[in-house]
Amino acid sequence: MVEKLKTEWFSNIKADILAGIVVALALIPEAIAFSIIAGVDPMVGLYASFCIAVIISFVGGRPGMISAATGSMALLMVPLIREYGLDYLLVATILTGIIQLIFGVFKIAKLMKFIPRAVMIGFVNALAILIFMAQVPHFIGISTMTYIFVVITLSILYVLPKFIKSIPAPLIAIILLTAISIFMNINLRTVGDLGAITRSLPTFFIPNVPFSFETIKIVFPYSIALAIVGLLETLLTSSIVDDMTQTESNKNKEAKGQGIANIITGFFGGMAGCAMIGQSVINVKSGGRGRLSTFVAGIFLMFLIIAMGNLVVQIPMPVLVGIMIMVSVGTFDWSSFSYLKNAPKSDAIVMLATVIIVVVTSDLSKGVIAGVLLSALFFVAKISKIEVTKIVKSDNIIFNINGPLFFASVEGFLESFDFDMKNTNIVIDFSNTQIWDGSAVGAIDKLVIKFRVNNNVVTIQGLNSSSKKLVDKLAMYDNENTQLS
Amino acid sequence: MYNNILLAVDGSKNSFRAAEEAIKIASLVKDCTIEVVAVVKFSDSKSEVLHAKGKEELELSRRLKISPIEEMLKSSNISYEIKMLHGDPGVTIVDYVNKGKYDLVIIGSRGHNLLQEMVLGSVSHKVIKRVNCPVLIVK
Repeated sequence: MVEKLKTEWFSNIKADILAGIVVALALIPEAIAFSIIAGVDPMVGLYASFCIAVIISFVGGRPGMISAATGSMALLMVPLIREYGLDYLLVATILTGIIQLIFGVFKIAKLMKFIPRAVMIGFVNALAILIFMAQVPHFIGISTMTYIFVVITLSILYVLPKFIKSIPAPLIAIILLTAISIFMNINLRTVGDLGAITRSLPTFFIPNVPFSFETIKIVFPYSIALAIVGLLETLLTSSIVDDMTQTESNKNKEAKGQGIANIITGFFGGMAGCAMIGQSVINVKSGGRGRLSTFVAGIFLMFLIIAMGNLVVQIPMPVLVGIMIMVSVGTFDWSSFSYLKNAPKSDAIVMLATVIIVVVTSDLSKGVIAGVLLSALFFVAKISKIEVTKIVKSDNIIFNINGPLFFASVEGFLESFDFDMKNTNIVIDFSNTQIWDGSAVGAIDKLVIKFRVNNNVVTIQGLNSSSKKLVDKLAMYDNENTQLS
Repeated sequence: MYNNILLAVDGSKNSFRAAEEAIKIASLVKDCTIEVVAVVKFSDSKSEVLHAKGKEELELSRRLKISPIEEMLKSSNISYEIKMLHGDPGVTIVDYVNKGKYDLVIIGSRGHNLLQEMVLGSVSHKVIKRVNCPVLIVK
């Protein structure tokens, strides 16, 4: 047990600390931008990122993964904040944590494998689109200087990393452009215009809401959506980190950890969050592998805010917009275009439907649920296609059945036979099919009896052992007294 | 003699030619083993995990990318081993080679990425500079 602690925390100290610092520097603009998307004070996102990162470093199931305030969660909170305010959001955060904790205890992580690829790809793309769209009001139609700053920011973000690899480009962009805008007295919207930065640690407080069923009713739909989206993004991110580090992680432990982190964060004035793909990749790329990297990221972030809070308020909004555009471009799955070309039509439709529903409703959870339902319908339609081929061989007519025979495919099955034959030797071959239920056996009964009425000799062959068991148990065609009803 | 050869591949035609040379050399030496190393870039992990149907399918699809090379090795009767590594290709190969005991590293001069690699590929460049054993670059 102590061995495990040592490996998870102390086996990579130097790289973990450096990676944590890099992550914190990249995380600050994101936490602020996501707060603005949600419509809350920047401190809400910053406190959330600090609390979640620090708590997850202890209770999470995937060392090296970074969890904090995220865009996907922020987008879901917009209507709640708009109509009811911050305190209701904090209650929603706590309830989200409770739901996630319950999901983790009941091992819901297993259900993840039922979420189709197409839906996950749609989720990621829709998130990227929403993040981009959320930036639009902050740079379109404000001033020419705003556009110029966005373009300069993007140029720095994309060109600089080719030359300077050790200092994260967002940090350089922020420092440089904030300095320029201050010294040249340029008139730009700043972070301070959208909220205050308090240079103090978060404090425990109980949200100021009536402790009633009414409150739970208001908050519950948001919490369920947040819980689902949070766990979805977290579990996807842990699979990615698993792959990058070639190590396993406990998904249920992570779900429980997310729950605990969100519950506590809600009591400290932070918004709900989850794991972040972008930051986790940055962390691993920078050498972070252990829980220490996540811990350092949270601590260093808080330290920077306390130390430099009054500079943070002067960051021009266009710089944050530029960073968020880069995040949006990085989140989008560009290989989706070749996916759309190569994947089966039903998958492509599911993916597009997921994206469209999310973008139209601005709600990632609605898109995911719609995508899963659509995918399930396609799946049932696909497996209920049964194919019957007829061959004439010497004296016999052989019917080959392809595809599973069960309640949904029975109708197609019976319709594929021509019952006008008389006095023929008919062989029905079940080698390429599987009998799943009683209605399948009933269909076989009907088939055999109907053929025999016209004096045909019917032989059944090719049943595999499980199909044979079912047929032997339930079939009636071998009973001499059976007649078609 | 070259008993332990490390062959760095990425599925490109160039790395296929590198594999051919590796086999030529290995067949001259008795008891020679070729260790084939392919590196999965971190930035590819994200989209590959998203598109895969599961961990096993992902591993299979990665191995399929180098299957022509594996086929060639199988029919050559040389003992070989395939290892998938993760990270930045240049750095990862260099670290892996320097941690082990290899007599020769064989690598193609240019990989898949045409933009970054104008004359000599950046990965091959890093490998030549920092690896502590002889390197054979195949064009």
